[in-house]
Amino acid sequence: MTVFEKGKATREAYGKAILELGLENKSIYVVDCDIGKSCKTLEFAAQCPDQHINVGIAEQNAAGVAAGLASCGKIPFVTTYAVFGSMRMLEQIRQEVCYTHLNVKVACSHGGFTPANDGASHQGIEDVGIYRTIPGMTIITPSDYESAYNLVKKAAAMDGAVYLRFTRDAVPCIYPEGTDFEIGKSMMLKDGKDVTIISSGDVLSFAYNAAEVLEEKGISARLIDMHTIKPLDKEAVLKAAAETKGIVTVEDHNIINGLGSAVCEVIAEKGGCRVKRLGIQDRFGESAPYKNLLKKNGVSVEDIVSAAENLIGG
Amino acid sequence: MTREEKVDYLKLKAKEVRKTILTMIHAAQSGHPGGSLSAADIVTALYFDEMNVFPDDPRNPDRDRFILSKGHACPVQYAALALRGFFPYETIMTLRKEGSILQGHPDMKRCPGIDISTGSLGQGLSCGVGMAIAGKRDGKNYRVFVVVGDGESDEGQIWEAVETASKYKLDNLVIILDRNRLQNDNTCEVIMPNLDLVKKFEAFGCNTQHIDGHDMGQIVDAFGNIRKSDFQGPFAIVAETVKGKGVSFMENVVKWHGVAPDDEEYERAMKEVEGM
Repeated sequence: MTVFEKGKATREAYGKAILELGLENKSIYVVDCDIGKSCKTLEFAAQCPDQHINVGIAEQNAAGVAAGLASCGKIPFVTTYAVFGSMRMLEQIRQEVCYTHLNVKVACSHGGFTPANDGASHQGIEDVGIYRTIPGMTIITPSDYESAYNLVKKAAAMDGAVYLRFTRDAVPCIYPEGTDFEIGKSMMLKDGKDVTIISSGDVLSFAYNAAEVLEEKGISARLIDMHTIKPLDKEAVLKAAAETKGIVTVEDHNIINGLGSAVCEVIAEKGGCRVKRLGIQDRFGESAPYKNLLKKNGVSVEDIVSAAENLIGG
Repeated sequence: MTREEKVDYLKLKAKEVRKTILTMIHAAQSGHPGGSLSAADIVTALYFDEMNVFPDDPRNPDRDRFILSKGHACPVQYAALALRGFFPYETIMTLRKEGSILQGHPDMKRCPGIDISTGSLGQGLSCGVGMAIAGKRDGKNYRVFVVVGDGESDEGQIWEAVETASKYKLDNLVIILDRNRLQNDNTCEVIMPNLDLVKKFEAFGCNTQHIDGHDMGQIVDAFGNIRKSDFQGPFAIVAETVKGKGVSFMENVVKWHGVAPDDEEYERAMKEVEGM
């Protein structure tokens, strides 16, 4: 089983990417809500002061200001935590960004259980599900530093609303430097013929290790990184359903309306295989170590392995 | 044009705007006459005098921006846009009908001349702040005019936006508060007293004027004062208005927030406006 290095927080990748973007393109703006320090935009603010706005602790206003900027040709990244970016400013993003088709990005750190010690108030576990229901929103949940870095650049190059979710804490580095991603096109990290594991975001390393354990047990597991949850790479899901005997989905998000739900919607209409969803069991977190929080919700390497074995055995 | 000639001209235009508002809401049998009529004189002064807009090139990057943050009063903006030639006048008869560019609340993707979609209260001013910041940072001379309702100012986001406008010294932003003192369910005083709005805007860092929002001379002078001012921050005009202004049976009546006149009421209303 691969022992990943300690890794890096994907919010650090956002900080690096947004600074490079800002220096290259004067239309790139950051709209901060007084948590630039945590969201890694301080360097952007220092080096691109004319492209930086800090509205203070006023997220709803931040969304509207970003929409106004975008209507004048700017490409603003509203930067905050996942809980605020998906809930406090939700209706503003719906009304002034998605409905208007304006080119605003919502860039959020502290996704899922990654702000583990902060407790439930700061753990954004509903964000993906909420934004899945808003027409016109693209949702990207990068799994590691390199994918986050690359996908921020891709989001900036895309015309339209994008929600990006980053991790507060360090997560293992999975992809080599320079890996290129395409929004809406999943990555197959490992091919397999018995079972498929589809994961997204910070728990991808668990899925990776689980696939290795399964291999040792003689079960060939396909591993897919569904970094873009909307639009979903349906083709990859249908291919997995056709070519393997079952799909396990793994996410650091409420079990309702996240990655697992999105995969099930595809399978339910086309058929092909059973799906087992692993994720947060519709309950709030608490201040605790990240892995413990996930384990309590049945998300761990062992849980993924047994879910896969059950699917195959059944 | 002398000031007096301008005021007389704008009064005539305001009459046309009011008649257009009533005609489109009557045709739709749906819409918000009260708050449209209270803002009619202000919006007329903006579209027929104060603002630099381009009916044949509505997205011109140098245009002044107009945001009706109290988006439900869009018949007033649609009337001004129709009369200024942003779209054929007869389009007003399609208000709120399927496929129309004149949605129940303003939609920038469908209707030329709409600078941002509004309708959900409390949000338009923030968008205006974003536009004003972009204008200043791009070295543009355009200005941004935002009409906000007093009921709408129950929303905390309005005050977040004003703070931001002050912080960024947005002297290219003009906030006009349509102080008609009624909201959906009852008077502002009963639902949520606004307290002293002039003092509030001043406390939030605005150069603030307090006028009669139906006195065209005062409206024109207030905009003139802003043009002459070297104040380094946002401007606010608290305009005392009457909801339903110009139609006696609609004036100051809560019910006329969001109902359409029937045929008989429409005829009476048009006659009264003609006689204004």
